Amino acid sequence: MDIAVVAFAQTEHMGEDSGRSEVEILAPIIGEVKERTGLKRFGFTCSGSLDYLAGAPFSFVSALDAVGAWPPISESHVEMDAAWALYEAYVRLLHGDIDTALVYGFGKPSQVVRPDGESGLPELMSLQLDPYYLEPLGLDQVSMAALQARAYLELGHKEDDLRAVAARSRADGRANPYALDLPDPGDDDYEIAPLRPYDCAPVTDGAAAIVLATGDRARELCERPAWIRGADHRIEAHSLGARDLGRSESTTLAGQKAGARDVEVAELHAQFSHEELILREALGLGDDVRVNPSGGPLAANPVMATGLIRVGEAAGWIHRGEARRTLAHASYGPCLQSNLVCVLEA
Amino acid sequence: MPPSEQLLAADHSLAFPGGYTRSVGPVIGRFLTELRDGRLVGVRAASGRVLFPPVEYDADGETVTEEFVEVGPECTVGAYAWVARPRPGHPLERPFAWALLTPDGADTAMVHVLDLGVFEEGAKAPKTLRAGLRVRPKWRGERTGTIGDIESFRPDVTMINAPVEAGYRLSAGHALSRFLGGIGEGRILGHRCGVCGKVYVPMKGLCPVDGVPTTEEVEVPDTGTVTTFAVNNIPDPRAPDVPFVSAYVLLDGSDIAMVALVAGVPAGDVRMGMRVRAVWRPREEWGRTMTNIKWFEPLDEPDVPFDDIKDYL
Ligand SMILES: [Zn+2]
Repeated sequence: MDIAVVAFAQTEHMGEDSGRSEVEILAPIIGEVKERTGLKRFGFTCSGSLDYLAGAPFSFVSALDAVGAWPPISESHVEMDAAWALYEAYVRLLHGDIDTALVYGFGKPSQVVRPDGESGLPELMSLQLDPYYLEPLGLDQVSMAALQARAYLELGHKEDDLRAVAARSRADGRANPYALDLPDPGDDDYEIAPLRPYDCAPVTDGAAAIVLATGDRARELCERPAWIRGADHRIEAHSLGARDLGRSESTTLAGQKAGARDVEVAELHAQFSHEELILREALGLGDDVRVNPSGGPLAANPVMATGLIRVGEAAGWIHRGEARRTLAHASYGPCLQSNLVCVLEA
Repeated sequence: MPPSEQLLAADHSLAFPGGYTRSVGPVIGRFLTELRDGRLVGVRAASGRVLFPPVEYDADGETVTEEFVEVGPECTVGAYAWVARPRPGHPLERPFAWALLTPDGADTAMVHVLDLGVFEEGAKAPKTLRAGLRVRPKWRGERTGTIGDIESFRPDVTMINAPVEAGYRLSAGHALSRFLGGIGEGRILGHRCGVCGKVYVPMKGLCPVDGVPTTEEVEVPDTGTVTTFAVNNIPDPRAPDVPFVSAYVLLDGSDIAMVALVAGVPAGDVRMGMRVRAVWRPREEWGRTMTNIKWFEPLDEPDVPFDDIKDYL
């Protein structure tokens, strides 16, 4: 069964609260992919979001208002990045009884605010940690990433390597109308050593939507469909001390299973600059592969949509006829715990 | 905008009153129970590896045995992250590190808090923080069976600081008392040896060359020649600004050079053979002490040829 990305839309991502609710952020791009494909109904709908970002249970249900869920539709949700919603929709389409699927993800991290007014996102993401050994320590997301960055540097890499990733990401992001307009890395002090503020993805609100279609239906809906040639996701131990933090074995395995080779462009879900370097090594991407030309998550990180955007950006190169074979990667869990690789082809 | 279109916003907080109640099972439960008693235990996997902290199965899905193994308490630091500005939820309010810690006898590591001492907010990571550092748990006085029963880990004791103080009353002796008495009057006194004729400043009351007592008093001027010198880049209580120059100055008419500061000239311009004169502090500050002379400053005179000072280096 041939399945392709036939449409992709994303918001102009925002670095601060625009005053819009999550649904108000999402609705325009659902409209955009409907208009782009001419589809009003889909065989399957799947979303990715995080209730903790809204502080309300089942907050994804109200987002269905943006889809139009009456009469009842076939729908599912993952409490993860929407790249995994795309995977679920991909598997659903493989059954062969439907021919289109809508996938979307959204996040509004700007509303996660500590009593002192600073962003509480690093602590909020710690709620995904195990409640016995990690969460009670007060370990935050940036601290965990810094432990991984240190493990990576101990393998013989330099802090300047991280800075170069941040500088390139921000420069590319400034050229991307959907990403944030961030300055070149300055002489910032450490956020949590060895990571500096520019090594960390910015707080970003935003959403993205993708339409998948099968075979001839895909060819009807899109001039140059981006065919999914392989998709796989793998997970490794939750405990940070039970794995080699300087490498990403699950990415390597997912890449092998998805056929990650001979790609021209790779969009990597790296929320910290060292993660891009670990992922490049894990996927065996050579210097000839263009990595995160969109600026990547370091230029815009709408949590729960960021991974799906990687797929949309990678598909965009094929839709525009600018590349023949591209790769998208998404990640979830602390320190690249869970990784998804999707290979797209013209 | 009209009032009906004003955006509303409100603070919202999410909490679970009383917290979550969780059963911990036999593996994690055993770990937490031992932790409450001040012991670290790991659990042995079928392969023989000791997993710490204990889990029901290892990362490769290998089963664990029911054998618990006491490990540590000594641990080795793996990866670490330095928190110079703790966030509100962090375990310490002053700078600390997160670290992956592998206890002796275990094959996997745990994340915990590393307390390297008291640092001011924003401090750089101390040089002692590195992979391989050996640390031990600091237990809480009142333990309840949670991961926080260990307050933090602290480095092994490798150094101690033992203050030493002993009291004395020193006597300067007759010759030095006489010399310092002269300094207290702005005079520099020496002794001439009756055998070799050399003039010693300050006098010792004997000639170290001939081993004979000396009594013939000689007053020498406060001008002299730099025989050799050093440029110091480490601050000294007597010369807080760096670089400063300490030099051997051979006072005119004497045969032994004295150590003194040289100032009033850039350090790079000081040279062997340079002529200098003592700068005295204001007379009202004088006591019977060499600090009456602040330092030596250059004299506008030609340098002394090397041959004339070569025997005084
Ligand atoms: Zn309606």
